[in-house]
Amino acid sequence: MRNKPWDATLLTKITLVFALIMSAFPIYYMFIMATRTNEDAVETPPPLLPGGHLGENVERLLATEDANFVTGLVNSAIVATTVTVSVVLISTLAGFAFAKLRFPGSKLLLGLILVTMMVPLQQMGVVPLYELMVTLGWTGRLQSVILPFLVNGFGVFMMTQYTSQAVPDELVEAARVDGATTMGIYRRIVVPALRPGMAVLALLVFMQTWNEFMWPLIVLTPDNPVVQTSIAALNSAHGTDYVMLFTGTAASVLPLFVVFVLFGRQIVGGLMEGAVKA
Amino acid sequence: MTLQLAPPRQGPPSQAPPPGRWGRFDLKGVPYLLVSPYYVLFAIFGVFPLAYTLWLSLHDWELAGDKTFTGLDNYVKLVTDASFWNAVINTLGMFALATVPQLVLALMLANALNKRLKGRLLLRLGVLLPLVTSVVAVAVIFSQLYSRDYGLFNWILSWFGVEPIVWQNEKWSSWLAISTMVDWRWTGYNAIILLAAMQTIPRDLYEAAALDGASARRQFWQITVPMLRPTLVFVVFISTIGGMTLFAEPVMFEGNPMMTGGTTGQYQTVAMFIVKEAFRDFDMGYAAAAAWLLFVLILVGTMINYGFTRRIRGAR
Repeated sequence: MRNKPWDATLLTKITLVFALIMSAFPIYYMFIMATRTNEDAVETPPPLLPGGHLGENVERLLATEDANFVTGLVNSAIVATTVTVSVVLISTLAGFAFAKLRFPGSKLLLGLILVTMMVPLQQMGVVPLYELMVTLGWTGRLQSVILPFLVNGFGVFMMTQYTSQAVPDELVEAARVDGATTMGIYRRIVVPALRPGMAVLALLVFMQTWNEFMWPLIVLTPDNPVVQTSIAALNSAHGTDYVMLFTGTAASVLPLFVVFVLFGRQIVGGLMEGAVKA
Repeated sequence: MTLQLAPPRQGPPSQAPPPGRWGRFDLKGVPYLLVSPYYVLFAIFGVFPLAYTLWLSLHDWELAGDKTFTGLDNYVKLVTDASFWNAVINTLGMFALATVPQLVLALMLANALNKRLKGRLLLRLGVLLPLVTSVVAVAVIFSQLYSRDYGLFNWILSWFGVEPIVWQNEKWSSWLAISTMVDWRWTGYNAIILLAAMQTIPRDLYEAAALDGASARRQFWQITVPMLRPTLVFVVFISTIGGMTLFAEPVMFEGNPMMTGGTTGQYQTVAMFIVKEAFRDFDMGYAAAAAWLLFVLILVGTMINYGFTRRIRGAR
């Protein structure tokens, strides 16, 4: 049951406008700095309007050898896309099984996933994972940052919740009576019904993978980075070259913003729905 | 919700389940096939590293050297290692400094967003905007805002006659700077989650309270907050894991990824400590032991927070 919200007072409106400014300002500032020069960056008060140096900053960023920025961007796109496709596929398959199929041990198996969601695997398993990658000869290669993220407990949990709501039991039973196989039901009934949920999961996983920092910093080398580790390289090599650092940072969040502008409504809706069901 | 149904089949419907061996397998075996990719991959990249970390933590091992079994030596050494405890205190301190104001702000923000407003979607998108920037981007932007000579924060402080602060130099100032980075990114997200829960609270509870003459403030503390308890537990739980594994913000704040967290380790976190021991000092067994102590820390932190949120009632 949804209750109707009541009217906002002036104080509430002021609070919200203030919150909006606080949210937007650092991002605005980042984009402004990407269009400025380093002389502008050390002025007080700092410049608050765009300048005309974006082109030259971008050129300088691309020419910086120790950052390998373009490689980083391309690598991040490959890694985030692969991980997203895998997580969405594996999560919808498992979610369908947990929500709509009866099999012994399903409760226990789902419970195990919930427990593992509480363990900070990345920080705890970092040493053995590194050794594993050394043994396989995969350090510095993209598979080392793809493979550990191919599954995601949160994804399975979210898709189980979503499937039990979005796919009516009767439909699955009717398809069975019609002689459909389990995979046939998945393809023809489950996937079409899950599309909105899959989109939200895909967006969340893409953002999360794009943002991954600690593990790529450990396992990748500077000549083959992802975008976040290229920025870290820029930061340590050119700590005082603010505008270049800001240009790189702006370029690294741009893809996420495009996604947010296109699908923002679904992201908010998905987060809110997931929160209530959790 | 619209569903695309399979086109109607020609001829008589076949029996269910499909006959024969394959039909039985389809019902009994396929569900396990569907869930197995998760468990197989998780076993390799989740369970194995965890178990191996435990085994490693009982060894003295430097990368490319021999592993010598040393029992609990690493743990004994850790609990007497002042730099480890320094990292633990930093982590807990920044966690507390970030989480408490963040929850209060998120609650206020959610309450405000729950009012009838024009442009509600735009406001919700606006408060989520920080979540869309990467952690690394946040750290880059804020590190500049906090810089000594030309940072925005020191400029604002100068209006009040405050001398420029070197934010990286002291414990309190570096903790504050890092905590604001965490807060900025996550407050809006938590507000959206809390808002979702607020919208499920039945309206008649408020109407009854209003009839009894309860003020808006009283309604908020005696109805809204207690009804939000399960969601608050969830939010605190997520923040605990995030706070205990804090890494990118302090590393980027440091600039050079040395993992020391400043000259005297004033903002080195446990996650940084683990990476430093393993990948700068190559003391893998020691790092593994620290990883397990981090887990214990998270468990204790979660339990304390759970106990704390359990006490939220309609208390007066």
